Amino acid sequence: MSGESALFWVLAPLAVLASVAMLFMKKAVHSAILLAWVMITLAIFYIALDAPFLGIVQIVVYTGAVMMLFLFILMLVGVDSSDSLVEKIKGIRSVAIFTALAFSLTLITFIARAELGRPSVGLDEANSGGNVEGLAQYLFSDYVWAFEVISALLITAALGAMVLAHSEKSDVARTSQKSRSIARFRGKSIATAAGLPGSGVYARNNAIDLPALLPDGKPSDLSIAEVLHRRGDVAESKSYELDGLPKIDNEGNK
Amino acid sequence: MNNASIILDDPTWIIVAKGVLVFALCVLLTLLSVWGERRIVARMQMRMGPNRVGPFGLLQALADGVKLALKEDIIPAAADRAVFVLAPIISVTTCFMAFAVIPLTGEVNFFGEQTIMQLTDLPVGVLYVLATASIGVYGIVLGGWSSGSTYPLLGGLRSSAQVISYEIAMGLSFVGVFIYAGSMSTGDIIASQATWWNVVVLFPSFAIYVISMVGETNRAPFDLAEAEGELVGGFHTEYSSLKFALFFLAEYVNIIAVSALATTLFLGGPSAPPGLGFTSAWLGGWFSFIWFFLKVLAFFFFFVWLRGTLPRLRYDQFMKFGWKVLIPVNIAWILVVATLRLLTQQGASQFVIAGFTGAVVLAVLGAMTIYDRSKLKTEERANQVEPMPEPSFPVPALPTSLALKEKEGN
Repeated sequence: MSGESALFWVLAPLAVLASVAMLFMKKAVHSAILLAWVMITLAIFYIALDAPFLGIVQIVVYTGAVMMLFLFILMLVGVDSSDSLVEKIKGIRSVAIFTALAFSLTLITFIARAELGRPSVGLDEANSGGNVEGLAQYLFSDYVWAFEVISALLITAALGAMVLAHSEKSDVARTSQKSRSIARFRGKSIATAAGLPGSGVYARNNAIDLPALLPDGKPSDLSIAEVLHRRGDVAESKSYELDGLPKIDNEGNK
Repeated sequence: MNNASIILDDPTWIIVAKGVLVFALCVLLTLLSVWGERRIVARMQMRMGPNRVGPFGLLQALADGVKLALKEDIIPAAADRAVFVLAPIISVTTCFMAFAVIPLTGEVNFFGEQTIMQLTDLPVGVLYVLATASIGVYGIVLGGWSSGSTYPLLGGLRSSAQVISYEIAMGLSFVGVFIYAGSMSTGDIIASQATWWNVVVLFPSFAIYVISMVGETNRAPFDLAEAEGELVGGFHTEYSSLKFALFFLAEYVNIIAVSALATTLFLGGPSAPPGLGFTSAWLGGWFSFIWFFLKVLAFFFFFVWLRGTLPRLRYDQFMKFGWKVLIPVNIAWILVVATLRLLTQQGASQFVIAGFTGAVVLAVLGAMTIYDRSKLKTEERANQVEPMPEPSFPVPALPTSLALKEKEGN
């Protein structure tokens, strides 16, 4: 038994088992892991069949990017979410059954017509200048038009996704910490440049509904949260005022 | 003769020996690098670091490993058991696989057999490394999901988004090297750096690779997937004992793997630095391993240096940096490299090439000037200061003036 057939007989049953098990898994994440495994085995087969570039690209693109995004979504949706068994779009079930039947019929006819044991033709010729170089030669000369059309299609799809996911920026600009700090100093007064006074500071009680006392003993309304003001939950502060300090008016004169 | 043909006639026992050696080297390097990291970071923070177990504390990592293995292995009740066990295994197996295509030495004499310490030389070797890295993410993501708790899930999500984004920047930085070397095999890429290392020729690619490799390995300042301050420990919060040790091992082997790849792609792999080429014959070619080792160590030191210096980035800034800076810059740079390559291949005169290079440099300088000007203008506008109003709040009398007043009163 050659190395290649040994590889096949080990991995192929595992791949088939994994793909069947994928259908019967209860959790979507388990199905996704099994599907990723099937993709990796396919990639190994490609590499064993002298198509290393295809094999590696299969892993990078399908396992690494597509399956990972699937997993990403499944994880976001939630660990315990299960599929709904109610038909949400009318008639979708019959369409699904029809498509599945048609697809399996196509597959079965193709596989039934396959002939086993024929030697491969033209592989050495195709790989004569190196697998990657041979592929590049085709991709960028004979099939450059198809290649470009497909990439245009993909870009269109990406643009479409971006347009669908796009949301208008809100008119209220998000302020950064820096701009808020500058704004505090640019305002009408720099009284609150270092932030609003905390409630209860210098007062006889340290409660959230009690205004802070300014240096001259006057209560500061700013120290109480706006919500409490609106609710009227502010303690009467007159009795907490300090006296015996020199009174200062708003201009700072005694 | 390229690497592939030298390796091709290896007998089976050499292949097995190489595999075992690479594995042993990775595990040993992990032990050493855990110790090295702690010592270097300690020095950067004016501490001594581990210095009790063994000479210079060298066996500290080993002692920690033994302690870790003997701890109780806890599987949370909410965890998905099968996936919970599978995740660290995926993580640790894939990170070793990258070393299969990296040549650790030049041509050496291995018990009478001429060979290279490289398991295989695939024509798509570098892409293979990218592929194994992309499977390695499954370990982190599944570990985060299967823990059945919030912080690990967030860590897993962050890391998958992060690694996918930075893999793009990383893959694009390979493109310059591929175009320049005309091959994707690691052996050919090293051979193409015989005259100039790629770090000189393709410096922008090198810079972007170095940045994205830090993002790819979830290391500080890009360690958002396990940010201790925000996510407790990220994807591995619920892991303990040997399973945690496997994640730990995977992280360090990954660091060494990306460093080894950087050495291969940009620093000439195991070849000697310019002017020291005569060393390649020493020790029957084995001296080249010392050069390779030193280069990898330099990268590792850089990793530790970053960790000791930079604070962690905010997640949105980090993603913005990847998508809006690294990837566009990389694409523009690939355009320049491809054009230069085409010009040289078609035998354009030195004059044309110099003219094109000059035009590119001018365009970059021009773009930078315009950017700086517009930035300056917005800053100027922001800095225009209006006269500050007089303070309108009561100011307490200073103690000295109070004292003066009292004196006057007397």
